[in-house]
Amino acid sequence: MAQSLTLEQSRAAARPVGRSVCAHCGQEAPPGRPFCCTGCAAAHDLIEGLGLGRYYEQRVLDARERAPRPEPVQSGPQGGGRRDLARHVVARPDGAYELTLAVDGLQCGACVWLIESVLAREPDVTIGRVNMTTRRLRLGWRGTIQDAGHLVGRIEALGYRLVPFDARALSAAQDRTGRALLRALAVAGFAAGNVMFISIGIWAGQINGADPIGAATLALLHWVSAAIAMPAIAYAGRPFFTSALAALRHGRTNMDVPISLGVLLVTGMSLVATIHHGEHTYFDSAVALLFFLLIGRYLDHIARGRARATAEQLLTLRGTDVAVLLDDGSVQRRGQEQVAEGDRILIATGERIGVDGVVERGESMLDTSLVTGESLPASISPGSKVFAGTLNLGAVLTVRAVATGETTLLAECVRLIEAAEARRSRFVVIADRVARRYAPAVHLCSLLTFLGWYAWLGAPVGQSLLVAASVLIVTCPCALALAVPAVQVIATGMLFRGGMLLKSPTALERLAQVDTVVFDKTGTLTDPLLALSEVEDDGALRLAAAMAATSRHPLSRSLAQAAGVVAPADGVIEHQGQGLALATPDGDIRLGSRSFCGMLPDPTPRPTSGPELWLTRPGMKPVRFTFEERLREDALNTVAALRDMGLRLRLISGDQPAQVASVAEALGLQDWRAACSPVEKVALIEAGAKAGEKVLMVGDGLNDSPALAAALVSASPASAADVSQTVADLVFQGAKLAPVVIALRTARRARRAMVQNLALSIGYNAVMVPLAVAGLVTPWLAAAAMSSSSLLVMGNSLRLRRGGRIEKNTTWESKP
Amino acid sequence: MTVILYLLIVSLIFGACGLGIFLWSLRSGQFDDMDGAANRILYDKD
Repeated sequence: MAQSLTLEQSRAAARPVGRSVCAHCGQEAPPGRPFCCTGCAAAHDLIEGLGLGRYYEQRVLDARERAPRPEPVQSGPQGGGRRDLARHVVARPDGAYELTLAVDGLQCGACVWLIESVLAREPDVTIGRVNMTTRRLRLGWRGTIQDAGHLVGRIEALGYRLVPFDARALSAAQDRTGRALLRALAVAGFAAGNVMFISIGIWAGQINGADPIGAATLALLHWVSAAIAMPAIAYAGRPFFTSALAALRHGRTNMDVPISLGVLLVTGMSLVATIHHGEHTYFDSAVALLFFLLIGRYLDHIARGRARATAEQLLTLRGTDVAVLLDDGSVQRRGQEQVAEGDRILIATGERIGVDGVVERGESMLDTSLVTGESLPASISPGSKVFAGTLNLGAVLTVRAVATGETTLLAECVRLIEAAEARRSRFVVIADRVARRYAPAVHLCSLLTFLGWYAWLGAPVGQSLLVAASVLIVTCPCALALAVPAVQVIATGMLFRGGMLLKSPTALERLAQVDTVVFDKTGTLTDPLLALSEVEDDGALRLAAAMAATSRHPLSRSLAQAAGVVAPADGVIEHQGQGLALATPDGDIRLGSRSFCGMLPDPTPRPTSGPELWLTRPGMKPVRFTFEERLREDALNTVAALRDMGLRLRLISGDQPAQVASVAEALGLQDWRAACSPVEKVALIEAGAKAGEKVLMVGDGLNDSPALAAALVSASPASAADVSQTVADLVFQGAKLAPVVIALRTARRARRAMVQNLALSIGYNAVMVPLAVAGLVTPWLAAAAMSSSSLLVMGNSLRLRRGGRIEKNTTWESKP
Repeated sequence: MTVILYLLIVSLIFGACGLGIFLWSLRSGQFDDMDGAANRILYDKD
C-alpha cells in the first residue's frame, strides 16, 4: 500500500488536480488522491505518455454516458483466455483484417479523437475510425488475426468498452432503407422546387388578365413540368407504391394506398391535360405532396433507427463464446451453437454460462438473477445444476453440458416469449384505423364527383376527370399522413433525450391506453444492488470497503458503495466464491463467508432476511455485515404518482411471499402475488387482458420476459437482462423509476396531439372537398391549402415540446 | 419568349448539378456520421 501511495503522490505533484475528482474518469476519487483506481491511473499515464494530454483539456464529460473507467484487468488462469475476437474478424482479399466494434462510453468528440489518435500510433493499423452517430469503431490492420486482441486491449485500457459487432445483416438493411429514403427525398425536393417555380409562372400568367400567357408558352411550361415531375414521381414515390401494393396484396389498406392512388391519378390526369393543351395541371401538387411525405417518413426512420442501433448494441453486449475443454486438456472457444451435449465446458470468473449443465469440478457462487429473478447469489458445488444465462461470480468451473442451444432453459424462455407475442392481438395503429375508413370514403367521393359532372351536368369526360382528380388532390392525406409520424418523432425524441428508449413505433399509442401497471419486484421496484443494512463499526466498514473495492462480487460492490469513496487496498487476494484475504505482518485480514473467516457455523441459525459477510482481523472481534434489498429511491413517489393517474397497480414476483409482502406493504400495494413462475406470470397478465385490462408490465429478469411480451406494452430498466430489454417496448436508464411515469404522461399527451392533428386534417377536408366537388379548386389553391394544412399539423405537433424538455434523472415532481 | 427556354434549361442544369452533388456525397458516405463530422472539425489531425 505504501509504495503505491508514493507513486500516486508523485503523480499528484506532477499534475495538480481538483479536490477529489478522478483526473481520468471524472468520477469521485478518494480524498487526496488524483485517481479513483489503478486502472484510471494507468490510462492517464498511457495518454500522457503518447503525448495526447490535450484530451483532458478538450473533452466534455457527459454524465449520461458510462464514465471512462477501465474495468479491472482479469487475472488468474482465465487471464490468457480473453474473449475470442477472431470469430468476428473479416479477412480482406488484400491480406488486411477488419473488425467492427460497438464502443461503450463515448463521451464527446474528444473521445473520438483520442481513440483514433491512439490507433494511429499503432504501426500496423490501416483503418481506425469511430462513427459517433452509431457509436461504432471500424478497425483495420495488417499482420495477424491475433493482433485484434492487442488493439482492442489498447482502447479498453483507456476506459472504453468494446464489443465485437455481429448484427451486420440487420444494420446493413437498416442503412439501405435510410439511404434509399434520403435519395428519394433529394429527388422529390429537386423536382418539387423546379416544378413549383414553373407553376408560379403559369399562375401569374393566368391571373394577369391584361396580358395573359400565350397558349404555346403554357404548353411548353406544362411539358417541362411533366418532364421533371414524371421521372421524379416514378423514383421518389417508390416507398409509398411498394408499401401500398404490399397492403393491397394482403387485402388491407393503409395510408399509402390513398397517397399512391392520388399521386398516380393526378399525374396521369395532368399528363392528359398537357397533351390536350388543357389549362390546369397538378404536377406541382403531386411532387410537393411526395416531398412533404418523404420528410415525415425520413424523420420517422431516423428516430426509430437510433433506437434500434442502441437496442442492437445492448444485444451484442452479451458473451457468445463457450470454452470447450477437449480431451487432450486444451481449450477451444466455440460459438454456443457448436457445443454438443456431454461436452465439458470451462467457465471463467465473471463469465455468463452458455449451456445448461451439471458441475463437475469447482465450487463457486452463481448470479442467477437472470433466470430466477433471485437477487442473492446461489452457491454451487459438484453435482449442482447450472442454467444458461447465469453468471459465474466465483472460481473457475468445469461443467458437463446436458442441454445446449435450443434446448436450454434460456431458449425455453425465448420460445415462451415468441408464443406470447404471437397470441398478443395485433395492435392497429390509429393512423391505419383512420385510413381504413378514410380511403374508401375519398375514392367514393371522387367517383361520385366524376359521375355527377359527366352524367348529371353533361360535362366532357376530360373536364369531369379533372374535377374528380382535384378532389383526390385536396383530400390527399398530406396532413393526415404527417399527423401521426410528426407527433411520434417529437415524442420519441423527447423520451430518447430523457434516457427512455422507445423501441416499437406503436408503443407510444399503446402506452397511452394503459390502465393497469404490473411490477416485478426484484431489480425493478428494488435496487439491482443489495444494500448494506447493519453497520456495527465504522472503522471496520472502511477497512472492509477498501478490500471490497478490489472485487466485482455484488456484495463487495454494495459494501464499497456503502462506505462512500475509498481507495482500494493493495495486496488483496480473492478466493473465488469464498472471500477476500489481505496479508499483514500480524496475520491475515479476511472478508467473506462465515466459514472462510474461520468461524464455526452458527449454532442457532438466525432467520436473516439477506446474506451476510464477516470481517476478521487478527486479535479483534469479528464484525458482521448484513445486506438487504432496498426499494429504488423514488419507488414510493412513483407508485403514488401512478395511483394519482388513476391506474390499477399490481405486484407479481417470483420471489418468496414474505419478501414480496414487505415490499407491497412498504409501497401500499394491496394486489400482489408471490412465487410465480414465468408461465404463471404470463397467465396472470393474460387473464387480466381478457378481463379488459390494458396492462403495462415493468420487469427486468429473464423470468419476466414472457410476461413482458404478453402485456399490451412493457418497460425494462437498462440494468435488466438482455432478453428482457430486447422484448420490452421501452427501456429506461438510470436508478429511478420516474421514467415510467414520464413515459406514460408523454404518451397520453402525444395521443391527444395525434387526435387533434387528425381532427385538424379532417376538418380541412370538410372545407376543401365541397369546393373541389364544385370544381372551384384551381392548382394554386390546392397547393396553398395543402402546404398550410401540413404546416398547421406540424405546428400543433411541436406544441408537445412546450411541456418542457425531459432531462435524465428528472423526478416525477418536476413535471406539472 | 425564347428567353424563357434558355432560362429554364439553365436553371434545370443548375438544379440537376446540385442534385448530382448531393447524391454523390450521399454515396461517398458523407452523411453516415453527422455527429462525428460536427465534432471532428474541432480537433487537429495528427
